[in-house]
Parts: sequence; structure tokens; C-alpha cells
Amino acid sequence: MKEKMKGGKQMLKYPIYLDSSATTRVDPRVAEKMIPYLVEIYGNPASNSHTLGWEAETAVETAREEVALLINADPREIVWTSGATESDNLALKGAAAFYSGRGRHIVTVKTEHKAILDTCRDLERHGYEVTYLDVLPNGLVDLENFKKALRPDTVLASVMLVNNEIGVIQPVEEIGEICREKGIVFHVDAAQAAGKVGIDLSMLKADLVSLSAHKIYGPKGIGALFIRRKPRVRIEAQMHGGGHERGFRSGTLPTHQIVGMGEAFRLARMEMADENRHIRALRDKLLKGIADIPDVYVNGDLEHRVPHNLNVSFAYVEGESMLMSLKNLAVSSGSACTSASLEPSYVLRALGRDDELAHSSIRFTLGRFNTEEEIDYAVKELREKIGKLRDMSPLWEMVQSGVDLSRVQWAAH
Amino acid sequence: MTYSSKVMDHYENPRNVGSFAKDEEGVATGMVGAPACGDVMKLQIKVNKEGIIEDARFKTYGCGSAIASSSLVTEWVKGKTLNQALEIKNTQIADELALPPVKIHCSILAEDAIKAAVADYRKKSGEPL
Repeated sequence: MKEKMKGGKQMLKYPIYLDSSATTRVDPRVAEKMIPYLVEIYGNPASNSHTLGWEAETAVETAREEVALLINADPREIVWTSGATESDNLALKGAAAFYSGRGRHIVTVKTEHKAILDTCRDLERHGYEVTYLDVLPNGLVDLENFKKALRPDTVLASVMLVNNEIGVIQPVEEIGEICREKGIVFHVDAAQAAGKVGIDLSMLKADLVSLSAHKIYGPKGIGALFIRRKPRVRIEAQMHGGGHERGFRSGTLPTHQIVGMGEAFRLARMEMADENRHIRALRDKLLKGIADIPDVYVNGDLEHRVPHNLNVSFAYVEGESMLMSLKNLAVSSGSACTSASLEPSYVLRALGRDDELAHSSIRFTLGRFNTEEEIDYAVKELREKIGKLRDMSPLWEMVQSGVDLSRVQWAAH
Repeated sequence: MTYSSKVMDHYENPRNVGSFAKDEEGVATGMVGAPACGDVMKLQIKVNKEGIIEDARFKTYGCGSAIASSSLVTEWVKGKTLNQALEIKNTQIADELALPPVKIHCSILAEDAIKAAVADYRKKSGEPL
């Protein structure tokens, strides 16, 4: 049954949601599947003494198969977690601990998600050494640079498949080959990738892959870690208890969440091709609608990128005030001002964007439920508000009168 | 980030946005902040022969609190002498707009903008600073 909210002549509902990389609305078809597992089939999937337990267990295993199918893996390679952050922690800490006898050096990238970077910082406090690689100006990892970072004591590498801020697709196939050849465990954070790009783990030489449900219309609070069986990769559990998930991750399985993730992954498998066409058309429309505004820069490579993401810097306009003026659009700023740190995005900085442009960025992330009418509205709003804020911007005024901002002596504060 | 209604009001209806011609008589400009820090304020004052600030304009690159702080300051300096304008303190601005702690630097910047504009006027007119 198709219940998609696309098309139609319905009234626009505000705010227009263009923040799908933060999270997505649960697809009503997913929610519908979950509910019976809250109020009817509420048994513990680990209870093997009655039908409520058996039925819950069957649902969990069906969902496991669905998750495995989307990434072409064996269901026995899927371990449920509470989300991609936990998966990242389990993968990195678990593999680092298991292989610590072989070496204590880890390689990752400066533009990874905080769940990777902060876990690596923790590992550093526990005696590991971590190399954080720079990226090219387009946001991609330089393979030669990656190779050069590897040492005899490198045991683990972690590179995300799709970047959460700029949507670029990293060359994980090539990195996987390099790692496999050298016997280095390769972890891939695919939280932003599943359901957006094809993932075939019979080809991709990743040993550990983090997955999340809520980025692709499933519920929050559930994710999974793929742990390769052939060749077998080993990790040490980080959560101890009843020995669930073959000892990799103890804790009672949340059946309804798992069912939701399974259904979300099934829908992604069935609809990904059509959906990507729809989303790409909307993204291109959005880009075209703002491309002729002067001094607008797309951050990150446009070719090696998921169609869902458009990250743009509007020069001479500050990101937070931009968000404030776009109150009918739910978007996020690359500038983390809103999280009180007042630091511009570390991802954009890693691309070599100067601070001013990093402060001026907005991330639009599109999803299944967006419509053409919504994009038309967003374009209209953007054009109007950028104009208003630039009229108010001393930087814009200076540039218009021919001042080279890079030569101005600013009074830093 | 939730904003106070006063910040929202100044942000939505900024007072005295714009620029005076730099060489206009009695006009002085204060520019403070840096793009790398995420805010730049330009405050202009127009001082009459009696030494009273009779008009003011601002342009600001920055967050909503920075825009509101500079908008507020253009209202407050009007009708004041230079010395009276220099008495405006960042704490008054922060109180008036109910700025959260993380945005106090916006009010400090607005106070600095007044100082810079007054200094520019005194330099131009040859008055002692």
C-alpha cells in the first residue's frame, strides 16, 4: 500500500522539513508495523517458553533478514544496538581491544562524525595512537594520503561512507582493498548511507559497518552493527549482561524498534531507486533556484555525493541569523553557534573553507516526503532573506564597494 | 536557541539599518569584530554642532543577538552627547535584550562599536580622545 505524502495540491505545512540528515519522520507504514509489538506481541524475544516470546523472536529475525538484505550481508552478521553512535563505539572500542596485542595505531579522518572522533579521543586516553587524516578541498579522502598513514602497528581504520554535513561519498571500496591487503580491520560508518546509496558487502571489503534506523524513516533508538563472518573479524563486547546477540551486545531486544528498523530497511530496498530520482530532481531544483545569487558556494563535491544533501555557504551572511530568518524552514547551520560553542563547522574547516564561509553555511537535507511546492517555497524564502540580510551586512557593503576583505585588519575579539 | 521577544523584535524590525556617506559632515564610523569570529558591527553616528548625536545607522554581520544589540544601540545613542554615549555599558544592553550568557559577547561588541565610533569622531574633529 502506497501512502506517500508526495505530490498533490495540499497546503504547505510549516516548518518545511529540510533536515532529513538529522532525523526523518517515521514512515506511517513503519509505525503501523511497530504498534502490535508494543500492545499485542509484547513477549521478550529471549523467552523461549511461550508463544509471545517465539512470535517476538520470529519478528526480530525477520527484521534482521531485512537489514541484511539491504546491504547484501548474512543475517548472522547483524547485531542490534541502540543506534549508530553505539555501533561506532562498539566497533572501534571492541576491535581496538581485541587486536591490541597486534598494534595500537588507528587511522581515521577529520571529517568523521563525533561518534567516531570522540571515541578515538577516548581510545587515545587509553594508550592508543590515532591519525586523523585531512581531506581534499572537495571533502574526499586522498587514497595516497591514506596509504601513507598506515604503519606496521595499524590495526584499525574507520572511514564514513557518506558524510553527514556535506553528503560526500568516500571511496570506501578502494580503502577496503588497501586494508584487507594489509590485514587492517576496516570500519565504515554507514549511518547516512544506508537507503541512499547501494551497499553490497559481498563486494565492499568492510569488516564492521554501523547502521541506523531513524535516518531512513525508521524509529530513533535502534541501530545495528555488521560484523563480518568471512573472513571473521573479532571484537570485544562493550555491554555485558545476559549474553544477547551472541554475546556481542547484552540487553533485552526492543522488538518494536527492531521491527520498525526492518520495515524501514525493506522499504528502502524496494523504493530506493525511484526515491533517489525524486530527491535528486528536488535537490537540483533547489540548487538551480539559488545558483544565480552572487557569492553562493556549494561545500563538498557535487558528483560524489548523495542526492539528498545540499550544503551551501552564502557569503557575507552569518549562518545563525540566516536560520533565524528562515523560520518556516527546518534546516541546520554548519555553524555550530546554535550549540553554544560558537565554533564554525569542523567539517567545513577541514575542507579549507575560511572561517567566514564556514560561519555562513546552511545544510539542506531532503527526504522521501518533500514536494516540489516545498522546494519552490524554500527558494523564494531564501532569495528574499539573503537579500535582506546582505542589505544589513557591512561585509557585503564593503565587497560591493570594492574592498578586499582579506586585506582588512580586523579587530579580533 | 530561543530568543527573547525583544531580540526577536529588533531582529525582525531592525531600527536604523543603513549607512551615512562617510564624508558627510559630523559622521563618524566604528567598525568592530571580525568575520572569522562570526560577527562584524559597523556603527555610524552623526554629531551636530552642539556635540549631540542626532542620528545613527548600523550594519551587522552576525547572529540575531548581534543584530539586535546593534539595532538597540542606534536607538540609545540618539540625543546623547559623546560622553553620555560612552556611558552605555554592555550589561545594560544584555539586560534590556535578556541575552543568554553565551551571547554576552554581542553586547560587548555593541559597546565597543560605540567607543570606536566616538573615537573616530574625536580623531576627525581633532578633539582629545
